[in-house]
Formats: sequence, C-alpha cells, structure tokens
Amino acid sequence: MNARGLALILWLLPMAAWPQGFAGLGSQTEGFARPVRGHRLEFPADHGPHPDFRIEWWYLTANLRGPDGAPFGAQWTLFRSALAPGGQDPQGWDSPQQWMGNAAVTGTDWHHFSERLARGGVGQAGVVAEPFRAFVDDWVFEQNGQTFDLRASGSDFAYDLHLAGTGPVVLHGEAGYSVKSGAGQASYYYSMPGLEVSGTLWLRDGPVAVTGTAWFDHEWSSQPLAADQTGWDWFSLSFDSGDRLMAFWLRGAERFGSATWIGPDGQATPLTDAEIAARPLAWHQVAGRDVPTRWQVDVPSRGLDVTVQALNPDAWMGGRFPYWEGPVTVTGSRNGQGYLEMTGHE
Amino acid sequence: MIGAALGALMSFWRARPLQLFTLLAGLALATALWSGVQAINAEARASYAAASATLGGDSLERIVDRAGGTLAQADYIALRRGGWLVSPVVEGRLNGVRLAGIDPLTAPQGPTEAGAGDLWGFIGGRGQIIGRADTLRNLPQEGPELVEQHSMAPGLAIADIGQAQRLLGLEGRISYLVVLPGQPLRQVPLAEIAPGLELTAARPATDLARLTDSFHLNLTAFGLLAFAVGIFIVHGAVGLAFEQRRALVRTLRALGLPLGALIGLLAGELLVLSLLAGGMGVALGYLIAAALLPDVAATLRGLYGADLTGQLQIRPVWWLSGLGMAVGGAALASAGALWRLARLPFLAGGQRRAWALAGQRALRRQFALAIGLLGLAAILALRGSGLLAGFGLLAALMLGAALLLPVVLGWLLRGCERLASAPVAQWFWADSRQQLPGLSLALMALMLAMAANTGVSTMVSSFRLTFAGFLDQRLMAELYVDAATPAEADRVRDYVTPRVDAVLPLMAAQTMLAGGPGELRGMVDHASFRDNWQFLAALPDAWDRLHSGRGVMVSEQLARRADLWLGDVLGVEGTALPVVAVVGDYGNPVGQAIVTASLFASLHPEAPPHRLALRLPPGEVPGLVDALVRDLGISRDRLTDQAALKAYSMGVFERTFAVTGALNLLTLAVAGFAMLMSLLTLAALRLPQLAPVWALGLTRARLGRLELLRAVLLAGLVTLLAVPLGLALAWVLLAVVNVEAFGWRLPMHLFPADYAWLAGLALVAAALAAWWPARRLARTRPADLLRVFANER
Repeated sequence: MNARGLALILWLLPMAAWPQGFAGLGSQTEGFARPVRGHRLEFPADHGPHPDFRIEWWYLTANLRGPDGAPFGAQWTLFRSALAPGGQDPQGWDSPQQWMGNAAVTGTDWHHFSERLARGGVGQAGVVAEPFRAFVDDWVFEQNGQTFDLRASGSDFAYDLHLAGTGPVVLHGEAGYSVKSGAGQASYYYSMPGLEVSGTLWLRDGPVAVTGTAWFDHEWSSQPLAADQTGWDWFSLSFDSGDRLMAFWLRGAERFGSATWIGPDGQATPLTDAEIAARPLAWHQVAGRDVPTRWQVDVPSRGLDVTVQALNPDAWMGGRFPYWEGPVTVTGSRNGQGYLEMTGHE
Repeated sequence: MIGAALGALMSFWRARPLQLFTLLAGLALATALWSGVQAINAEARASYAAASATLGGDSLERIVDRAGGTLAQADYIALRRGGWLVSPVVEGRLNGVRLAGIDPLTAPQGPTEAGAGDLWGFIGGRGQIIGRADTLRNLPQEGPELVEQHSMAPGLAIADIGQAQRLLGLEGRISYLVVLPGQPLRQVPLAEIAPGLELTAARPATDLARLTDSFHLNLTAFGLLAFAVGIFIVHGAVGLAFEQRRALVRTLRALGLPLGALIGLLAGELLVLSLLAGGMGVALGYLIAAALLPDVAATLRGLYGADLTGQLQIRPVWWLSGLGMAVGGAALASAGALWRLARLPFLAGGQRRAWALAGQRALRRQFALAIGLLGLAAILALRGSGLLAGFGLLAALMLGAALLLPVVLGWLLRGCERLASAPVAQWFWADSRQQLPGLSLALMALMLAMAANTGVSTMVSSFRLTFAGFLDQRLMAELYVDAATPAEADRVRDYVTPRVDAVLPLMAAQTMLAGGPGELRGMVDHASFRDNWQFLAALPDAWDRLHSGRGVMVSEQLARRADLWLGDVLGVEGTALPVVAVVGDYGNPVGQAIVTASLFASLHPEAPPHRLALRLPPGEVPGLVDALVRDLGISRDRLTDQAALKAYSMGVFERTFAVTGALNLLTLAVAGFAMLMSLLTLAALRLPQLAPVWALGLTRARLGRLELLRAVLLAGLVTLLAVPLGLALAWVLLAVVNVEAFGWRLPMHLFPADYAWLAGLALVAAALAAWWPARRLARTRPADLLRVFANER
C-alpha cells in the first residue's frame, strides 16, 4: 500500500463533508449529549474527556522568550471528535472517537507546524482526568506532581516545556456554559490562564531555553456553531496590569461576540456582545487567503482600547483543517501579549 | 463563382454517395483503430499502475517482522508513542481476493480524488469494502457493505483495518507498517521499542510495470500500423475522386476559376470531410475500446462529460490527437492528388483515364523507391541504434514492402500467365495483371493489415508465452509456506515431509554483485528445478556444475549489466565462480545470482530458510492447507497456493491479450472494406474489357465466378507475402525496439496455427469483398454489355 493507492481511497472519505473543519462543528447532532444551562462543572473530573459529546478540545498556548529576550509562541492542541454517538463504546478499531493533535512553534520570521491524527480505542491517543494526561502519539500533556510536562515534535521542531502554578479555573459564560450564537448553540468552556512556563525549544539550529506564560483552554460541545456560522476570531490576551481578556466573535449571518474579563485575582466577569468591539486594521495574505493579522480591540467599560498585532503574520496552521493561530503583542491603553486564532477566512 | 464552383464540386459527392461513404468510412475507421488502441493502452496502463501501486511497488519504507511474520498491534502503538510516524496495513486473501486493511487516519496522504463516502461509513458499524465490481463479486455479500471503486487495482479490495483483521482472522495483528515521509525530529530507536522488527528499504517500481511498458509500446506501434492501413484506403478514395473529377476541373478552369481557388476549395472540402470522419472515428474508437475492455466503459462515460477530475483534462487531448491524425492522414493521402492537379496543363484534365493506371515508368520508379527503402531498413537493422532508429526501421520496412507489392505481384502473375495453356486461363492471368494497378492500393492495405496482425500476434503470444513460462519456472511448486520463524519452518518441514513429494527450502539474501546491489539465492538440487527451468543460455552440464559448487547462474539483467556470459567469472562474496547459465528474470530490476544450497548456507549461516516450496499432487493442496492451519496453527495468509497465484497473475494480463484478437478482426475488416470499394470502382470501368470475352462465349455467371476466384487468389498471394513481412515486423518489435526501449530482449516464438488462421481470415475477407461485385457482374444486363460495342471509341 503506498501513497497513491491510499489516496484514492482515503480522501474519498471525509473532507467534503466537513466544511466547518474537524468534526463538522455546525452539523447535526442527534444522539449526542448537549450542554445544559446551569450544569455544574466538577474538577478534576471535567478535565477529562466527555465522549458523549461530539467535539472537545484541550488547548494550550504559550508566549515565550529566549535568553536574549527574543519572543516565541508555542501551541499544543488535542481535538477529539466522535463520528457517531455511543460514548466510549465500542472499543478497539470500531471506536467512533477520533483524535487530532496540532502543535506549532512560532518565531518572528518562522513558523513550524505539525499534525497528528489517531483512532480512538486502540491506545494511540486519549485523555485521563486524574492525574491529568492528554496524549496523541509521542505528544504528551501530563501532570507530574504539582507541575505539568508538555512535549511535541514535528519534522523541524520539538519542545519540552514545564508548566507550574494551577492558577484559578476561569469558567466562561454562565458558570462554564458558553453561548455561541443567537440561536442558542453553546459549549462548556473553561480556562486556566496563568500558567508559568520554562523549558526548551528544539530547532534545527539547536536548543533554545525559554520562559514565559501559558493559557490552557478546555471546551466541549456537540454543536458549538450555528449552521450559517463559517468561522471565528478568538483572542486570549494577558495585560501587564495583570488583567486578562478572553474574547471571541463568530462570523455568520450575524456577528456574534462574547468575552470574559479576568481580574488579576482570577475573578471572571462575562461581557456581552454589546460591551466589546473588534475590527481588523490590516490584512495579510497567507496560504492564498486574506487574514486580518492586526486588530483594534475595545472594551469601553474596562477602559480597554488596544491594537493587537500578530508576532508573525504567517502563523498558518496548514493541516487538514487549516486555520491561523499565533502569538500577538498588545499595545495601547494596556500593553501585553497573547494568542489569536482565526478560522474560516477565505 | 466560388459558390458555383463549390456547388459543382459537391454535386459530385451527391451523385456518388457510396464513394463519399468510402472516403469517410476509411478515414473514420483508421482514426477509430488509432484512438481505440490509444484508449485501451491508456486504460490498461492505468490499471497496471494501480496494480503495481497497490500490490507492493512501494515508494515508502516499511517496518516488518524480522522473522517474516505479522507484528503485534501493540508494537504499532508503541512505535507511534515513540515518535514513529507509521501506518498499519493488514493483508491477506479472502475468497481469492487480496484484502488490505488500512487505517485511513494515519495512512499516507496523496492527491485527492473526489467522491462520496464518509469516514464513519468506512470504519464504523457494518463497515465497507472498496474494490472493483469484478473483485467484489467474489466477496461475501452479508459482510461489510461492498462499495464499487473503478480506479482500484484488479483483485484488490480495501477495508478499514479493524474490519480486515476480523475478516482475515488476524485480530490484534498487523502485516506491516508503512513509514511515512517527514518523520519527527526525535524518535525512540526502533531496536529499543521492538527489537523483533526491522526497517526495509522502499521497493523500486515493480516488475509488472516493466513488463507491461514493453507490451504497451508494441501496442502503440500496432495502433500506428492500423492507422497506416486506413490511410491507404483514404488515399485510394481521394485519388479516385480526383481522377473522376478531371472533366469537372477542366470545365471549371475553362470557366475562369483560378487554380489557387480551385485547390483551396478542394483542400477545404478535404478538411471538412476529414474533421467529420475524424470525429466519428474518435467516438467509434472509444466504442471499440469500450466493447473490448469493460473498464473503458467508464472512459466512455467521460467522453460525454459525465466523468470527474483528472481524466477530463486528458480527454480533449485524445480528441485532438484523433482529429489531428485524421486531418494529417487525409492531407498525406491526398497530397499527391492535389500536387498533380496543381501541375495539370490547362484543359488537359478532360481525358478519361482509368484510375491510377500507373505506367511502366511509374512502376519502375516505385520499384526503385521500394528497393531504396528496404535497403535503408537493412542498414538500420545492422547499424542503427536508439529507439528512433528502431521506429525508422519499422517504417522503412513496411513502406518499402508495400511499394514492392505490385511489382512482385506483377512478376508472379506474369509467371502464371506463361505457365497457363488454356485460352481462358491465359486471359484470366492477363486480365488479373491488367487489373493490378487499380487494385494495388487495396492489396497494399490488405498486406499491411495482414503483416501487422501477424507481427502483433507473434509479439503478443511470445509475450504471453514468456510470461507464463516465467511464472511456471518461478512458481513450480504446488504450495509455498512462509514460516514466521526458522523454528516454525522446522516444525512445518517435519510435519509435511511424510505427506508431500518434496520439501524445497528457498534461501535468499541481499548482497553486492558485480559492484551493485543484488540478490543471492541458494538452490537445492532437485528435479523440480532441473525439469522446469529454462535458460537463455547454459553450459550442457550447468546443473551439475552448479551443485558441485563450481558454478553460478546469473539473471539476464545482471548478465547484461555486468557484461557477463557463459564462462565469465563472477565474484560472489569472495568466491570466484564461473557463470554456467543465464536465466530470464523478467521484470526484476535487481540482479540475481544463484548458487548451490550448501554454498549459500556457508556464506549466510545467519539466514536460515523460512520459506518452503512443497511438491505434491495438485489435488491434495487444499487438504494440506487445511491440515497445516488446523494442526500447526499456520495462518492462511502464509500459505500460497501456486494455482491460485498463477491464475491471479495471468488474469491481470488476459484482458489485454483478449483485445488484440478482436483488433485483428477489425483491421482485416477494414482491409476487406478497402478491397470491396476498389472492386466496385473497377467494375464499372471494366465493362469494355469484359464485353468482348462475354461476346466470345464466357457466360456472365462464369465471369462472376472468375472475378471471385481472382480476388481470393490475389488475397492468397498477398497473404503469402505478408506472413514473412509480419515476422520481420515482430522481430523488429521484439529484438530491436524492445531492446532499445527497455534493455532486454523478449524471446520470439512462432505460431504457425495463428498465421494459418489469420490467412484464412484474410481469404474470407477477400471473398466477402469480391462477392458483391462478382454477383453484380454475373447479373449485368446483356444490353449493358452490348452497349460497349455500340459506344466503341
């Protein structure tokens, strides 16, 4: 069996059916569990997988600096997608659970990306809640006593990072019930935004010691997008003041935004669509698409009036479900840094 | 003026629809044969490519069990967890179908082909098996859903790995791992994860492809020859039309039509006709291809725009090439006629002449040209090198022979005339000779068709014989056992020894031979080998020398690469051995040397044989297979039934072989059609020559019978000349073109029965072609014959 032979069969398979990316975020969901308003999240159990839901991701982004102060970004993501309802059963190759890992390292003028796909049920990928451990192939995000180890590698990069400080768990929306559209699509969504990072990036030129901060997200749902929604722009920003902002806008027939303001003490305040604003300031062409890599973000009630600029506008995640994701710097009424993710731009 | 002239020229075709039909049909048939062969070729090539892509011609490295067995699924997971980007494949046979189980998520990615289907349908629930319709027919209908996919290799079916493991009884096992490109920066070493596994190099392009490339080159040559036959027909039809319109041309010129305009009109007329005929021809060609190859039915769908992706881009090229051949062919066929017209003296066109009655001078010129071409062919055969010279040789040989035909036939008929004593016989031969110029184009077409058929039949049959012989030689044992470990091999050997006629261990190791990578094989002394193996060249006591350890056998590829032949010395891992035999090893790109088993064992004590060939009566094979599975727990995919394997391999080729038989019939039909048209044309012109004979007392019925006899006789003579020409053609294809193109020579075999059958067909075609004109002659009204005398000029 070789590439040509397989290609015939293989990508007969799914792409056309997944216009909204891995797992078809906007498609039908009969038989899957749905997020319920008022449901109370329990930790550490809810750090683990929710196989009754159709789609889930564990997402870690880190803003890093080298010994000379050079900025870097690192990303580690594990997606779970259930092709059919049925939770954990059956096991083995018949499991409906599919996994996709994305990892990247970004510098000011380079961006390395790698992707892994795996079947559930055979031990190639999975997540356990306690002690926490998420993995696909040799990529691991696991609890090691009071800290976490994070590892990934691609053909032109690898990294070993250690994360310390559990920080407060920040529940988005209504106690973790995060509404995604006017029609009521929703997900469970929480973050741990204040992790401290140290470790090593392995690049072609050799190892680079890095330190910085990381932001962890965990979100699960069965239909987080409305049928007309084609993509989103998501910001996680950490300001020098110690405040943080998570904000996203979903693009569809109407633009739907939602945000969480996180105080230095971890106190989370939901912000409605009306309280926040973001507009592109500059567009950049990457992989044949026009992507806004410079934004104006305003939260008048908090006195926020900042420009968000991509560290490297070419931070394209060219996997099977391509999107833009990279570190950003924040200037204006507050200075800071963070990560920006944009999907569905043509 | 132009309009009037055009109307006048067109009125000619209106008055002679049959002639118009000849012209269009000749050109359309020529184009059809050309594009049909092209389509078949392309289709067969794609199917072979799919076969070699899926059957192990692999561009990627693999990880396999060192002992040759399957590997544990746990090892696969351990490798993935150790940073190895590998994808599992489980393979085995299910009802004679080769079933491959893959994991679509980790499998190597390639260009995508659009199509319906969903990932969950493939892997989940009932699952799916994907394959061609003829493959799926052999699979159980109650299992996974069977999904037809035309582009799959014959005999191969694909399922998800989980489904395939279940169907093959290989739960938790994996046949091999494909190593994907772009491995990550860090990996745990393979030996640390799974010491029992090893990385094997990517396998180069397969044998199958190399064998079939040569076949397709020859088929393309056949397509060209078929086209040449058609062009002869067109040449005849165009020449006739021009001759018959001489009076019209004179009139038009006299009325003031400039020569340039006239030639432009005639050329435009030809262009329109050839485009029309070419279009019909391309469509007809695809119909032929579709009828001959069931798979081309899909191509045909594409012809009308119903197909998807890549093929659509190729199809206009095929259309263009077909139309281009038609227009180019028509231009070629009519260039002479247009040239003569351009040089015709004003008003000289009116004289009525029999069509193309070449004078003695023209015939002498033709003879000189033919001799020149054949001389050129001889020079090319002796001195030429390169593929171009090979095709030049082909063209010079065929054209020279065709031009020589009327001259040689003239000699033969004159000889017969001298031998004849009865007046009717004398008249018959003289009349035949007199008709020769009018028939010569049709006879040339017949000869080319016959020669092409003879040559291609020889080529195809030699190819098949070589391939079948090669399979027989390589698969001479009835059952092959691939033991997982040397220990298992010992157990199998102990178990089967009392149950079979012979147990022959097969030994092989990779090594360096004559400065390049090669394969060393060890062979035990057994009658199976002595009786079955055929050599390209061998010393008389080759086997004895081999098994006394004083000789080595080398494959043709190694022999040609290292310039070795009988008696030359080859160093085999430090031992110098004289070459005692050269064996054909079609398709294997790696050079091979064979030594006796004891020598092999001393050179490679670390590689004990775990592949065993068992000789036993064929009827006992199924019983032994069951016993091995039941008593020793050998998995079925480690047992290869020779008959099944051979049938499978031959099946891949049979389809293409079948095509040539049908093409033979078609070319002869085209040639017969040319003859019919020539005879019909001549019939009208010949009345003045027949009327006196009739008046002297020969009945019309007898005249008709003689006409029929003449056609068959001429066809017989042509056939006699065509067979040696066809053999020369086959020789050029196999021994010159093939060697130039692929570096090895396909042995040529002769098939007298085939030639007799072809000759019979040619005679039947001639008889059928002559039947209608002869019947018409036999029914000519006496009044028409009498009128000849009334109109005596």
